[in-house]
Amino acid sequence: MTGAIDPTIVNLVVFVLAVFVGYHVIWNVTPALHTPLMSVTNAISSVIIVGAILAAGPYETDFGAILGAVAVGLAAVNVFGGFLVTQRMLEMFKKKAPKAEKEKA
Amino acid sequence: MSANQLALWYLVASVLFILALKGLSSPVAARRGNLFGMIGMAIAVLVTLAITKKVAFILIAAVIGGMIGAFVARRVQMTQMPQLVAAMHSLVGMAAVLIAVAVVNNPAAFGEHDPLPGGNRFELFIGSFVGAITFSGSVIAFGKLAGLGKMFRLFSSAPVVYKGQHPLNLILAIVMIGFGVAFFLAEGKAWTPFLVMLAIAFALGVLIIIPIGGADMPVVISMLNSYSGWAAAGIGFSLNNSMLIIAGSLVGSSGAILSYIMCKAMNRSFISVIMGGFGAAEGAAAAGSADKTVRSGSAEDASFLLANAESVVIVPGYGLAVARAQHAVKEMAQKLIAKGVNVRYAIHPVAGRMPGHMNVLLAEAEVPYDQVFEMEDINGELGTTDVVLVLGANDVVNPLAHEKGSPIYGMPIIEAHKARTVLVNKRSMAAGYAGLDNPLFYMDKTMMVFGDAKKVVEDLVKALE
Repeated sequence: MTGAIDPTIVNLVVFVLAVFVGYHVIWNVTPALHTPLMSVTNAISSVIIVGAILAAGPYETDFGAILGAVAVGLAAVNVFGGFLVTQRMLEMFKKKAPKAEKEKA
Repeated sequence: MSANQLALWYLVASVLFILALKGLSSPVAARRGNLFGMIGMAIAVLVTLAITKKVAFILIAAVIGGMIGAFVARRVQMTQMPQLVAAMHSLVGMAAVLIAVAVVNNPAAFGEHDPLPGGNRFELFIGSFVGAITFSGSVIAFGKLAGLGKMFRLFSSAPVVYKGQHPLNLILAIVMIGFGVAFFLAEGKAWTPFLVMLAIAFALGVLIIIPIGGADMPVVISMLNSYSGWAAAGIGFSLNNSMLIIAGSLVGSSGAILSYIMCKAMNRSFISVIMGGFGAAEGAAAAGSADKTVRSGSAEDASFLLANAESVVIVPGYGLAVARAQHAVKEMAQKLIAKGVNVRYAIHPVAGRMPGHMNVLLAEAEVPYDQVFEMEDINGELGTTDVVLVLGANDVVNPLAHEKGSPIYGMPIIEAHKARTVLVNKRSMAAGYAGLDNPLFYMDKTMMVFGDAKKVVEDLVKALE
């Protein structure tokens, strides 16, 4: 056993663990909030914007950089739209004394 | 900033994303969770901007997109949430494809070797084809949900089926994978196999969504949610970016779990939903119903029963969402509560047009969420309930689900038939989505109130005054 670990293996480790975390976290989401869950996951998967930023980043603005900028724009729609619409929905669940019920679920 | 520092900041962002999802276990924690998510996103974007050269160029694109997103988030109606979510899935898919093309074009910009190593090309292939399917599939789902069927036939909410549909899709998928492998094995940039593969993936996205329609849409939208996550994870693999892999996997598993929950609530297998074509023969009333009689009454009769009840449980369904009657329902409930009636709502997991949709619609109508109960939490109490008012729901209250041999045997239902009196509002006696007759309608204690849900509820409100 010598040599460095291939990055793909590291990625795979991260991937498998993240799926486990996702599995356990999502089963704890109350069914009443499944719609906000979908909108916030949209916002979160739009963290793909970091890839878009790298694509748009190089000095020379070739067509790859243009595509990157378009991707930044598309992902930004989701980042802002996703978090804000989630917030708007969650505000609706606040109205009328939110007592500490819903425990049994 | 060093690569190590960058990775650590990305780790912080990843943890914040997990906390954002964890918060959704209760409405109170959810708002704080959402804030965590925003902070995580801000960190991820800022540290990435710090290592790029053309910040202004990128910011212009981000500001334009951000303004559109913020505008839409403010203006969208809650009944339009399914369409909005579908549209957002398509954007994630498209962004994944554009990034993949940019990586093929200039791997060095992402800190990769040029030409891209085979392993990364393989991951890129997965990320981009899932992204392409997510994009075109979500566009179709958006069209179906937004009711654009008249504009364009493929957006028809009824399933689009034709002979040889599934073999064609299978062949296309195999050909697409073939070009993906060619891209993986090729030297240099290998544009041809990559672009052909992408084109087939776009076509496949359309073809796999068009046969699914009607009440299966909650599954479709959850499934595309899952795909959008896997696309992001795939891009994360090819860019060796742990944060993208984590965020993508969280979203991917979230969508998969929601699909599972939706399938289970409809008593359908995931495979049969994907195969589609279900509900094509909708509206045909089941045979053998002609000789049975139903008792039907007016809104006034119904209001009398409601006003004299001690406890009322309202079962809102798809029909209520279509008729947009939730505000009227809230008004009616308030009138009943003022008369001292205990009013609660029972929500089936597939009420509405996407997971949790009915809860949001009721929340928007300012129904306090402590009056709203999930199916399994309230079923036990329906036996002691005076009146159950079923509004625009059918299959989810069909007692046939308890009878062995019935097509919906085993489907979880709201046990409305156990209540002392049942009021059912429907537009007609037509069978529901499952094409089954509903014995609940013929029970002695049941009274049918025919008419559009909104109209009937408004009449009830008037009659209660």
